[in-house]
Order: sequence, then structure tokens, then C-alpha cells
Amino acid sequence: MSVLVGSGTRLLVQGITGSAGAFHAKQMIEYGTQVVAGVTPGRGGERFENKVPVFDTVAEAVKATGANASCIFVPPPGAADAILESLDESRIGLVVCITEGIPVIDMLKVRRVLEGRKGTRLIGPNCPGIITPGACKIGIMPGHIHKAGHVGVVSRSGTLTYEAVGQLSALGIGQSTCIGIGGDPVGGMDFVDVLELFQSDPDTHGVILIGEIGGGAEERAASFIREKMNKPVAAFIAGTTAPPGKRMGHAGAIISGGQGTAGEKIKALERAGARVAPTPSDMATTLRSMMG
Amino acid sequence: MKIHEYQAKQIFARYGIPIPRGYPALSVEEVEVAAKRLAQEAGSPVVVVKAQIHAGGRGKGGGVKVAKTGAAEAREIAQKMLGMQLVTHQTGPEGQKVRRLYVEQGLDIKRELYLGAVVDRDKRRVAFMASTEGGVEIEKVAAETPEKIVTVHVDPTVGLAAYQARQLAFALGLGKKETLGQFVKLMMALYELFTREDCSLCEINPLVVANQSDVFALDGKLNLDDSAEFRHPEWRELEDKDEEDPVELEAKAAGLNYVSLDGNVGCLVNGAGLAMATMDIIKHFGAGHGVAPANFLDVGGGATQEQVTKAFKMILKSPKVKTIFVNIFGGIMKCDVIANGVVAAAREVGLQVPLVVRLEGTNVELGRKILGESGLAIQAASTMADGAQKVVAAVSRQASGAARAASEPGGVR
Repeated sequence: MSVLVGSGTRLLVQGITGSAGAFHAKQMIEYGTQVVAGVTPGRGGERFENKVPVFDTVAEAVKATGANASCIFVPPPGAADAILESLDESRIGLVVCITEGIPVIDMLKVRRVLEGRKGTRLIGPNCPGIITPGACKIGIMPGHIHKAGHVGVVSRSGTLTYEAVGQLSALGIGQSTCIGIGGDPVGGMDFVDVLELFQSDPDTHGVILIGEIGGGAEERAASFIREKMNKPVAAFIAGTTAPPGKRMGHAGAIISGGQGTAGEKIKALERAGARVAPTPSDMATTLRSMMG
Repeated sequence: MKIHEYQAKQIFARYGIPIPRGYPALSVEEVEVAAKRLAQEAGSPVVVVKAQIHAGGRGKGGGVKVAKTGAAEAREIAQKMLGMQLVTHQTGPEGQKVRRLYVEQGLDIKRELYLGAVVDRDKRRVAFMASTEGGVEIEKVAAETPEKIVTVHVDPTVGLAAYQARQLAFALGLGKKETLGQFVKLMMALYELFTREDCSLCEINPLVVANQSDVFALDGKLNLDDSAEFRHPEWRELEDKDEEDPVELEAKAAGLNYVSLDGNVGCLVNGAGLAMATMDIIKHFGAGHGVAPANFLDVGGGATQEQVTKAFKMILKSPKVKTIFVNIFGGIMKCDVIANGVVAAAREVGLQVPLVVRLEGTNVELGRKILGESGLAIQAASTMADGAQKVVAAVSRQASGAARAASEPGGVR
């Protein structure tokens, strides 16, 4: 088993005819994901790679193909609109937005709409996506480093997720589902939303959580771990050495007004019973030490 | 992106937010002309000369001075202020050079208040904060007397509601009919400005009550959301390159995320999280040995060979860099692209310092082969920890080598 995605996932790709969308749609198909439709306004009627039908609108694509998840590669000016288009289609239960650089004012509106759509999940934006190894990959992560198994991974950083997965696979430890929730200040699923799913998934036996400076998502995760979780959680928080007031790559990775430091997050997680890896090289071994 | 006070006030004016009369000035002559003009327009000789730098706390550092007697005094103040290194709690000890001034009419101030708007990322709303403690650092108020800050959150589908603006007005003691109306209008304009201009922060500190009962934005700070640059071509003119780190500007132009730091290890990494984690692990192993990162550099997920070459050359240019650590986990970014970029840059500029490379992920074998056959002195690392330890050893070797050279007769070069 796994969370959110699996062999029953039928994916549509918004922005499938763009260079990033096309490249990664091919990669996803190769991995075994059922890519059933593409959407590019004005390109309806074409076929992607002579196979996948392209539609002008998400509504048409869903009606014709029964797609139940969407992955977005639309550039920043139209990305928030693309998310809204998928949120408007009730049969789509999962929206994954890869796009980096969406204005935060646009995301505030998206979040507000999302509050009224209890049945739909948004992952991202500015994220690598979600993968259930061996079954379904939605996003841009390198599929070959993953291995099916029982550890859930959730992270605000793309490459640091790959690092954790690489370490796990090298130790022979497989993953149930890996989710990159993205590095923007305002996005969809939070650590807590994902931890809830991992906690209730019988096939996830332990979790690696990768946070970074900025915001209070790790502190909220810590409260959830303390109150609701009985599965082991190993964590790493990036940015212990980051200077305050400087944006470290991700729009959301900034310590402002003394808030959002790595030190506070590490303390909160440790108090909640999570074990925090001393270096990013020790993420998998830290979890293994907790799983016995 | 940060902009100057006078630029923020020009935007305020466009939205009908009341500001004192004022003119920007780049020379003492322009200050004198502005002061004379303000005396005529406002009917009072009192003007305020304000240093324009991208940092707060200017008043305490001597960057805001009142000229009570008019133009000649303003000129004298400007003579001292232009070109000075203004040090505030936000500039660091070296301060920031003053190149631009703003000359503003003096007001008869009755009260100083605080009004700010930010994106509250945890509540996913624009939040307005107001306080009766104007003119002081809001962080200090928040830490010492949080009950003095009143906050409202705005529903983005509705926009700011008038009752919310009134809540803040009454909390600030602005309930008097005439002032209340002015304040509510100002708040509505500010929310409009915040969303339309894609702000990430807007501060009016202080917002003042002056004359009889009028409200004015006496100061103005706007931070703009870098992600929204694509729909604001006018921002290019607001940019002041003198206020930015030149290396960071060069990086931005090349599409790279770069932040200068104080240490001695140049870092080239793909992905923001991994780049931060690389800094952390260098500090973890190097703290006791005086080894620390010299920069944060994320070449991104889809960098080209040219971008990698450019990034590597930027690191090589810094005299403080004693060793370079390339740490790549290839996903979309292929290891052979990184390897080719590194080799091209090292050949072009010449590699004077040790280079430690850790490659993992997509096309890793090809990448390692390119580095191995390059003839460059590269230390390969198997993991991040292995790489960080090799980096610490390389810097330490140089330090002890330099010490030995200095102690040997004729060994000093």
C-alpha cells in the first residue's frame, strides 16, 4: 500500500506540450505511470508522442479519459490559474504543481479556494512531486534511485529528498511513498497533512521528515508527532548555518524577525520524540536506529 | 526585492495614501533646491533630510536630520550625510554608503503609530498589524509588549473589509470622526497597493497624526515579491544596484541563487535544500578547525553547462576561498553536465585551490569519468560527510603549510 498515488492513478499533465512538461511526461510514462491525458489550451486534438490525447481544457480531459490526478508544468504567469482549473474539477482528487516562482499573492487565492474543496489535495508548488516506488511517479524526481518498501519520506526540498532516498536505498530500505511538499511560503499540503496519511497507512512503518528554515510548519509537525504518532520519525532541518534575513534559494527559506530558525525547529522535533540527524549524511541511519 | 523610502512613497501617492511633500536629491545642490521649494510650497522652512539606504534604523545611526532654519542648514546636513557610511542594526558593522537623500517637509506631529502588512505564511492570509508604539522597532514591541500589537487577517476573495480597518482604527485611538474616515481610506488603499504591486511586506513606521487630525505615512518601506517580477517591468527602474552585493547581482543575472557568506569553502550545489545542508555539514565538521562555507550557491534543477561554468568561475574569483566543494545529487540535473561545466571553468580560469567533488544520481558514471579523465587534481568523495571531511582536511593542510612556510627562513613568499 501507499498514500495518495498508486496503480489506480490516472494522470493528466497540464502543460504537456512545453519543454519541461514534455520531458517529464515521457519520464513518467517510462516509469509506468498511467498518463491518460494532456492539457494545453489551443492544442486540443493533438496527440503527445503519438499516443496521449491532448485537450484544450481540464474539464474535457477528465470527461474523456477519467483522469483523477493532475500534474502541472505551466510557467509561473499561468500556473495559479492552472491549479484553479484542476481544483474546479471534482473528479480530480490530487493536484501536483511543479512550477517554481508563482507569486505569493496568487497562491493566497488558490489556498482560499482549496479550503472549500475538502476532497482535493494540492502538493506544491515548487516541489519535485510524489512517488510510490514501482507503481506511480508524478513529478520530476529520478525514479531509479527509489525502491519499494515501508518508509515514508516528506520534505520541503527536492534534492535533499533524493539524498534521503539514496541513503535509504543504499541501506536496502525501501520507501512506501515520498512526497516533496515544496519550498514556497504558501502552498498546498503541509507536513501535518502528510504525517496524518503516513500514520494511518499500514504499510508505512517509519518516516523521514526533511524541513528547512522559515515559517512554522516543522513546529506544527512536532506537535502532531507528539500527540498523534506512534511510528518512528527521523528528521533533518537544513539551514542551521543560514544567515538571518537572506532568502536561501527557496522563496520560503528565510529567517525573518528572528522567526523560523533551524535551532528552534530541531528543539521542537526532539522534544516531540523525533530523532534529528546530526548531519544530512545521517538521515537514513538515524531512522534505522529507531526502527531496530 | 527592496526599494527606497522615496520610491515607496511615490507608490503610496499613486494610491492616494497621504504622504508629506518631499523630493529625492543626489547632490547638496539638489538638497538646497528641494528645501527652498518645500519652504515655498508648505509655508514653513522646516525640512527633514533623510538618507536613502535599504536598511531600517536610519534615525539612530544619524541618517535622519531636521533642518529647522531651512535651505542653508539642509545643505550643511547633506554635505555630511552624502557619502557617509551609515551604520544601523540592519547594515552590519561596515555600514552602507549613502548615495541618495530625500528632503521632506517638516510636520507638526501629534502622535506616532505603527502600521504594517505582511503575508502571514502560517495563516495563508495578508495580515495587517497596528500598534500605538510607532517609531520604534516592531520586533521589539512584539517581544516585550505583544498585547500592544493588534492584527487582522484579510480573506483574499473578499478583500479588506471596512470593519476590519475600523477595528484597527479604534485600537489605535483614531476614533474621532474625521481621522477615522481618513484612516479607513488609507487602509483600503494600502491593501489595494499590497496586492496589486505584489508586495511581500509593507511598513509605515511611523504613521503619524499631524496638524489637527490628519494621518500621514511619515516613513514607508515596501518589499516586493521577486516571483512577481514577470508582471512588473517597471521594477527594473526601482532597482538600486549600489545597495546589492555585486557577486549576488552577477549570479542573479546568470539565473543562479547565490548568497555571500564569511567562510573559506566555496560551494557549488544543485537544489536549495541540499545547498543549505552542504553549508551545515561543512560547519559541522569544520567548526573546530576554522573551516566554514564562503557562499550558498544553488545552480538549480535545470542548469546548463554554461551556467555551471559561470557559477564555478564566480567561486574561483573570491580570494577568501581556500577549497571548493561541489556536491551534486543529479535528478533532472545530469552529473555529466556538471562535470563538463566544472572542467571547462577550471581550464579557463586555472584551478589554484583543492577541489572536492561528490557526484550522485543521474549519469553519475559518465560524470565521474569526465572528471577522472580531465587531468585536474580532483578529490572524489563518496558521500556528503566524506566530502565535507576531505574539505576540512584540505583547508587545514593549507593553513599548517602556510604556518610552516612562515617559520622557515626564506620560506615566506
